[in-house]
Amino acid sequence: MSTLPTYAAQIPEAGLKAALAKDRPAIIAEVTASGLKGRGGAGFPTGVKWNFAAASQAARKFVICNADEGEPGTFKDRVILQEHPDLVFEGMTIAARAIGAREGILFLRGEYAYLRGHLEGILARRREQGLLGPAILGSALNFDIRIFMGAGAYICGEETALIEALEGFRGEPRNRPPFPVNTGFLGFPSIVNNVETLAWAACILANGAPWFRLVGTEKSTGHKIFSVSGDCSRPGVYEFPMGITVTELLRHVGGEGAKAAQIGGASGQCVPAKDFGRTLAFEDISTGGSVIVLGPQRDMLDVLRNFQEFFVDESCGQCTPCRRGNTKLLEGLELLSEGRCSMAYLRELCALGETMQVASKCGLGQSSANAFLSVVEHFREEIMGRIPSHV
Amino acid sequence: MLMTERDRLAAEIAGLAEKLGRNRTSLIPILLEVKRKYHTIDSYAMQVIADLLAIHPVEVNSVVSFYAFLGDRPQGKYVIRLCRTLSCDMAGKSRVRRQLENDLGITFGETTADGKFTLDWANCMGMCDQGPALLVNDRIHTRVTPESVHEIIETCRRAFGVHAAEAKEVVFK
Repeated sequence: MSTLPTYAAQIPEAGLKAALAKDRPAIIAEVTASGLKGRGGAGFPTGVKWNFAAASQAARKFVICNADEGEPGTFKDRVILQEHPDLVFEGMTIAARAIGAREGILFLRGEYAYLRGHLEGILARRREQGLLGPAILGSALNFDIRIFMGAGAYICGEETALIEALEGFRGEPRNRPPFPVNTGFLGFPSIVNNVETLAWAACILANGAPWFRLVGTEKSTGHKIFSVSGDCSRPGVYEFPMGITVTELLRHVGGEGAKAAQIGGASGQCVPAKDFGRTLAFEDISTGGSVIVLGPQRDMLDVLRNFQEFFVDESCGQCTPCRRGNTKLLEGLELLSEGRCSMAYLRELCALGETMQVASKCGLGQSSANAFLSVVEHFREEIMGRIPSHV
Repeated sequence: MLMTERDRLAAEIAGLAEKLGRNRTSLIPILLEVKRKYHTIDSYAMQVIADLLAIHPVEVNSVVSFYAFLGDRPQGKYVIRLCRTLSCDMAGKSRVRRQLENDLGITFGETTADGKFTLDWANCMGMCDQGPALLVNDRIHTRVTPESVHEIIETCRRAFGVHAAEAKEVVFK
């Protein structure tokens, strides 16, 4: 079910050895040339991020791996950490060399606590093999990684909230700028990269940027790991080239005949069947890899209510558009289910959703109305004028 | 709380702070350990932690109240967290919920009178392709059915038998 062909084909530590043979700007140039973009979903160019942190002359720097995989429908990072943890740690070590860091932290979500023992074992083995610790593989590189357990908060996937948690505070996102690459953990420059991004960085160093650019589109290079669940016969983790169409993906996973696909998780968008010709890429449907297939029998209001309850629960409550907005959207969904929502009020809710997109402080609030707005846009006929079952 | 119990708790927390570091960055690791061992983080524990880290207890309380895996509400020895997000919902989490409530005689958010079980919700726990999924403390169960709920609960109950201490470590490490 899970196939990670190009990952599995990696020669162990080839990327790290290649990185140690290069000077720091050359490593960053290689990653930049590959066009690798943040695989957590935000799509920020990885090479650019590393370059910002490398430019700083601070006494301490941090490489932080974001394993707080909480986006509904996403589980690829769990599989990568279970099956290819060395690749992730190798990527972190390469990043450390690139930006000049000595300390690495794997932020593992509390729900994945059962992976911790396994990962600690891998770290211990890497220390014994001279792949972590002082003088890595006989070079001047000195770097180690520790694991920090999250305590159950979706918002900690946001990089500044994650840093707040590391520092012992509530996971409330900070204003940006300053960005973590300048003022991160404990005020020192820190890069926060997704699990998959770091694993790809190791592959890129091993095989070169042109290899990575062989597949994908001009703006979205390389392969992407997708987490597929919902109404399909073969759910699981898949590796596809960027730019694959929704139709093609659904054919691979046995999800033909779907009414819609929720792409990018709760904060992503609901793509109706008529738009299945669109592509999964940063320039079209941007995603962290979550695809939830919605079969013809699914009630779109149930889907929305599930997401909306999620956001009401997970909003950190710090800024008003997100805290109140999500509650109001949930109340609106109740009205829709009871068939008591006027078109005027629905328009008002959509305007509220658009306000949340621009006025919220962080990515959670900015994206939490996406699902609502896309369902209202594409499934208006289905959700209006409901007659409740108890009438 | 008994004076002796208080002293024991304070000594334990001091040991944790020594091991994990006496600074604010250790706050969440310390709190997770206290919660794991005592199934609650009461105001006395918060005060002790605050003193050790030289911060105000309200700071500790604010962090405790923020995170789903912390919280000052006493919980059972086994916290069963059922995933309620879309994929697990579509895979039939509602029937699993009903059976859990039937078998334990409590509703979600409650703890059994004997202090053994707590039922709680979890948001997406990354088992979307194998739902419905639930966590019993740190242990994951996938493709849970209303029928298999009984066996999951019984496995926990057996750990309360004669060899409770060892069994607990073996089953739910």
